[in-house]
Amino acid sequence: MQPRSVSIAVTGSGGAGVMTAGKLLLDLAARAGWYGMMARSFGPQIRGGEAAALLRIASHPVQNPDDRYDVLLAIDWGNIGRFASEIPLHGNSLIIADPRRGAVPGILLGERPRVAEVPLADLARENPHGRANMVALGVLAALVGLAEDPARERIGQMLAGRGEDAVGGGLASLRSGFAAAAAVEDPPRPGAPPADAGERWNISGNEATGLGALHGGIRFVAAYPITPATDVLEWLAPRLPSLGGALVQAEDELAAINMCLGASYGGTPSLTATSGPGFSLMSEGLGLGVASETPVVVVDVMRGGPSTGIPTKSEQTDLEIAVYGLHGDAPHVVVAPTGIDDCLHATQWATGLAEALQTPAIVLSDQAMGQARAIIDRPAIDAAAASRRGASGPELAQYRRYAITDDGISPAAVPGTPGGEHTADGLEHDEYGTPSAQAGHHFAQLDKRRRKLALFDYGDRWADVEGDGELAVITWGSSTQVVREALDRAAGQGIRARLVALRLIAPALPERMAAALAGCRRVLVIEQNHDGQLHRYLRGHYHLPGEIHAWHHPGPLQIRPAEVLQQVLALAPRKQEAIG
Amino acid sequence: MSATAPTVKPRDYKSAVKPVWCPGCGDFGVLNALTKALAALSVAREKVALISGIGCSARLPAYTGVYGFHGIHGRALPMATGLAVARPDLTVVATGGDGDGFSIGGNHFLHACRRNIDMTYVVMDNAVYGMTKGQASPTTEADWDGSSLTPEGPGMDPVHPLEIALAAGAGFIARGFSGDPNGLAELVTRGIGYPGFAFIQVISPCITYRPEQMEYKHRIHPGFEPTADRREAFLRLMDDDYFTTGLLYRKERPVWRPVAADAANLDSIAAAFRVQAAQ
Repeated sequence: MQPRSVSIAVTGSGGAGVMTAGKLLLDLAARAGWYGMMARSFGPQIRGGEAAALLRIASHPVQNPDDRYDVLLAIDWGNIGRFASEIPLHGNSLIIADPRRGAVPGILLGERPRVAEVPLADLARENPHGRANMVALGVLAALVGLAEDPARERIGQMLAGRGEDAVGGGLASLRSGFAAAAAVEDPPRPGAPPADAGERWNISGNEATGLGALHGGIRFVAAYPITPATDVLEWLAPRLPSLGGALVQAEDELAAINMCLGASYGGTPSLTATSGPGFSLMSEGLGLGVASETPVVVVDVMRGGPSTGIPTKSEQTDLEIAVYGLHGDAPHVVVAPTGIDDCLHATQWATGLAEALQTPAIVLSDQAMGQARAIIDRPAIDAAAASRRGASGPELAQYRRYAITDDGISPAAVPGTPGGEHTADGLEHDEYGTPSAQAGHHFAQLDKRRRKLALFDYGDRWADVEGDGELAVITWGSSTQVVREALDRAAGQGIRARLVALRLIAPALPERMAAALAGCRRVLVIEQNHDGQLHRYLRGHYHLPGEIHAWHHPGPLQIRPAEVLQQVLALAPRKQEAIG
Repeated sequence: MSATAPTVKPRDYKSAVKPVWCPGCGDFGVLNALTKALAALSVAREKVALISGIGCSARLPAYTGVYGFHGIHGRALPMATGLAVARPDLTVVATGGDGDGFSIGGNHFLHACRRNIDMTYVVMDNAVYGMTKGQASPTTEADWDGSSLTPEGPGMDPVHPLEIALAAGAGFIARGFSGDPNGLAELVTRGIGYPGFAFIQVISPCITYRPEQMEYKHRIHPGFEPTADRREAFLRLMDDDYFTTGLLYRKERPVWRPVAADAANLDSIAAAFRVQAAQ
């Protein structure tokens, strides 16, 4: 039997507590043995704007939203129209509405969902310290089949620091919610949780990115706040010093990237995190990292673009600037995590690549992963990341920082090493680092910087390659989870197809791709942006076999598994052909 | 650093790379002063890092035999900041010019003064963009008509870097002259010794695009005596003719430090993510 999940949207004005209710619901479900995830959608307001906690509770690991929401609980209707399109419902969806907040807005009623009225505010007011979001939590916890006692225990713990009145109010509201839910008929229920629950983690993509950075050896971070990357920086701020590192808040992104280059020149693996606008400002610094061969990691948690765009909502829209945004021939590394848990592995890996290849590595995360939490199996931590090639012994006798080597990687002396004194330079230079405008030096250094990326052994992590069949779906980033779910459904209909989720966006590895696509007759490229940036990139750098189809739409609308499935079914060979 | 290394000479801190500077450029004097200061301090070559941006003066690190990074226009201070935070064992000196430091990099100058990381910033000020062949810089006089980019002059009053440094909170503020390498070496030595951000403006003539600056040697005069009174320092700057040299202001201020935190390890950090199963 196909494992079932329940998708729940909790909406309300900012300050109504929807994120708190959503996080607690996810936490309670996780404690009871379920998997799940929670994404967030915000309006632009600093306080009081619309907000939605978008949950999915499942008997199997999930890191992407489903097609539609089974439950929409509105604490109020403030500005619901602005993001109703992000919360598609179906004919058996259940809207839980507080009659005091007025009629259910017509924009939600297109699929004729069921409506259950629960007087959230009135029930909260039965206790002077009650809260409507705790009533909502009780309703939702009861609907999905969570037990009340563990919920009471958890709420009690959470509110203990706020005094007895707060605990009493919270628990009274929770009880009211559980009681009110009893009147709701045919509640949607997730499949039973797996019996063999091992250790699970409750982690957001941005937290996983931070943890991956620490595992990769990052010990210096320069930070300039920007939505939706700030969480990465705030998570790292108190933790870096506990490992002997440091975080500096920079005056702007120009400073942030250059601080990182300075710290990295000193031998300390360094990282900054930003989003599109800040990333644009870092372009010149990234080019300096390429030319001076200074490792640095830049995490771009993508949001809607261009320009200021949609700061609070997701879009896979910076692939082209990440790959092509530097002037000159500037080979560097671009890595994209394929899910919330992979933010950990991909960031750790990118840090190792930056250090080993002495070049910038860009990590393309996005708001959908970064600000979403998932319940994941405890991730296996990779072995220590690759490190920078130092300089020693005879190399220091007549030290050449940019020595032409077979593998393109030169010994990097860090300050403090006697004999390794040199001036790193963004000017073209000879092997010693002495500035040079000579054609021969330019050719040699360009070749070397390209060669070190081309000859490196990236192992199997360059892409997730799964399945078989004559149709291959190529995707990247947060769309990976959606495509994987769509292909699982296709498999349920007897359709075989391959998944190639590119983790290493740059450099391109045409031979690895050719092997992954051997025997394919059709390729479908899926991504969440308007212009099809991955599709264009693939066309430029890879030989793709057979017919090539691209399907993409911009954020902030999530790509849904059913949308991908529809594309797959349109391209998949008929059953007998697939079997034959 | 060792006091018992009498054999260290300024030339030990120079490299064999021939400067791109024009004959007679003030920056030669700054290079001499800097190497004299390093020799006076007997600091090990591998423990010094010179960080620069872009411009004639930003070429300086390559002409030394210490560690250096010739970065991008305007960003010497952030790079030096990152290095100094990550490697507090090093002597970090940022060098550059007036365009690099006060125009494209002006924001970083403000915040470096505020942040007070232990490093020294030597700005070779010639009131012109020399590398791009003679345009007005932020310290150029409003009516200087020597550039076809601004044929009637920049039309703005010049910035006064010492006033900016004092207003932004710098605790070590000095002015030197490239034509007085010994005096400048003394200022650099004291700047390196200052525990925090030390700013030294160096009047360093451009004899190619501002040949009239050859007359500076007649206008330069000593006069600043160090004060720790900020009001007094402001008053002196109000009376300044912009050619007074010496240490204007020296006051020790709290140096920026990373957040203090109890030691942890990656397992203990990750423990916060663990789901507690309900009993």
